[in-house]
Amino acid sequence: MWLVATVAVVVLLFSYRTSTMGPAGPASAAEGGTAEGGTAPGIVSGSPGAAADPPGSGAGDTAPPTAPGTPGNTAKAGTDLVVNGTVVQTRWGPVQVQVHIISGRITDVTALQVPNGNRRDIEINSFAVPHLRSEVLTAQSADIDVVSGATVTSEGYLGSLQAALDSAHFKG
Amino acid sequence: MGLPVSVHVRGPHADSTGVGDAVAAVFAELRMIDALFSPYRPDSRVSALNRGERVTGPLVETVLELCEQARDRTGGYFDAYLRRAASRPAFDPSGLVKGWAVERAAAHLRGIDHYVSAGGDLVTRGSWRIGVEDPAQPDRLLTVLEVTDHAVATSGGAHRGAHILDPHTGAPARGLRSVTVTGPSLTWADVYATAAVARGPEAVRWLDGLPGYEALLVRDDGTLLATPGWPAAG
Repeated sequence: MWLVATVAVVVLLFSYRTSTMGPAGPASAAEGGTAEGGTAPGIVSGSPGAAADPPGSGAGDTAPPTAPGTPGNTAKAGTDLVVNGTVVQTRWGPVQVQVHIISGRITDVTALQVPNGNRRDIEINSFAVPHLRSEVLTAQSADIDVVSGATVTSEGYLGSLQAALDSAHFKG
Repeated sequence: MGLPVSVHVRGPHADSTGVGDAVAAVFAELRMIDALFSPYRPDSRVSALNRGERVTGPLVETVLELCEQARDRTGGYFDAYLRRAASRPAFDPSGLVKGWAVERAAAHLRGIDHYVSAGGDLVTRGSWRIGVEDPAQPDRLLTVLEVTDHAVATSGGAHRGAHILDPHTGAPARGLRSVTVTGPSLTWADVYATAAVARGPEAVRWLDGLPGYEALLVRDDGTLLATPGWPAAG
């Protein structure tokens, strides 16, 4: 039998400096997210083996998620998990999502943080975010490994989802 | 661009220390390249070039050379020099560096089944099923393709208006919502996809003439164009 494991980590590169990003600026580019102004990334409920402590929990919310390439615990069948993604800086500002995983399947994705600094952001997100929510679910049902697309907001969104999955060491 | 990058490996040794080290090397390489080429970092070489400073070094020279090649290969539809009226052209190689960096970094995963995805552009080793996002309706996949050891890049203006400019006119490109290109190199798949969006629907003939690369184009009216060898999954 073919053993499959997925190890995934996220970093941010080529960060935009935009007027909508606020005084914090482009969260120092690399590394998957200092949780600037966001909710700490990591598992917020559920028990995927030993990884119950959300990385970055506690004061400051500045701890990055797990180090690149740290393989670890896996979400086992029958485990219900709620995982927060890292904050991903997009062209329009920070995006962060929360993912619910039940019995190894993504069941829900909600946005914890979307950019809303100006009218254009609001227009973009009122279009993009509700749709993207179902995109993630559809992608799972289509039996695909990855999505190729061209959008900045969904990059941030999917990136944050990916970070959430990484935090759970979810095996698809 | 704010660019999330993820690395996925699979196989019996996916959890091994060796793989973990290789993945760490991928990210180290990406951070190094970001430091050199990000136009948003004042201390990068690209920022120095744009201030008119003299910049040398093998990686910078490689990128400058690739940008020249990209302009030649695309008939000028990919151009790293943004010309604005009454000012010096701004050099922004991001559109090329992204694919080039990911391709370079993924070389650290030699011998390991993997894909590396950088904001929807990806390199693979082994066989993977890839959904192509519908640019008009991001809750839908347009199609699924299956690739082995190939790169896939998608360029377009979905969700954010026309953001790719036709370098010949300086005006936003028209006619195509998105272009997905697959082939052996992510550097070139990405450059070709971006150039095709700038060029418009007739780019399908140009793409068909590129050896080793296949493309799927989505027109503004939603109709699809593809090169004959497009690897649709069964």
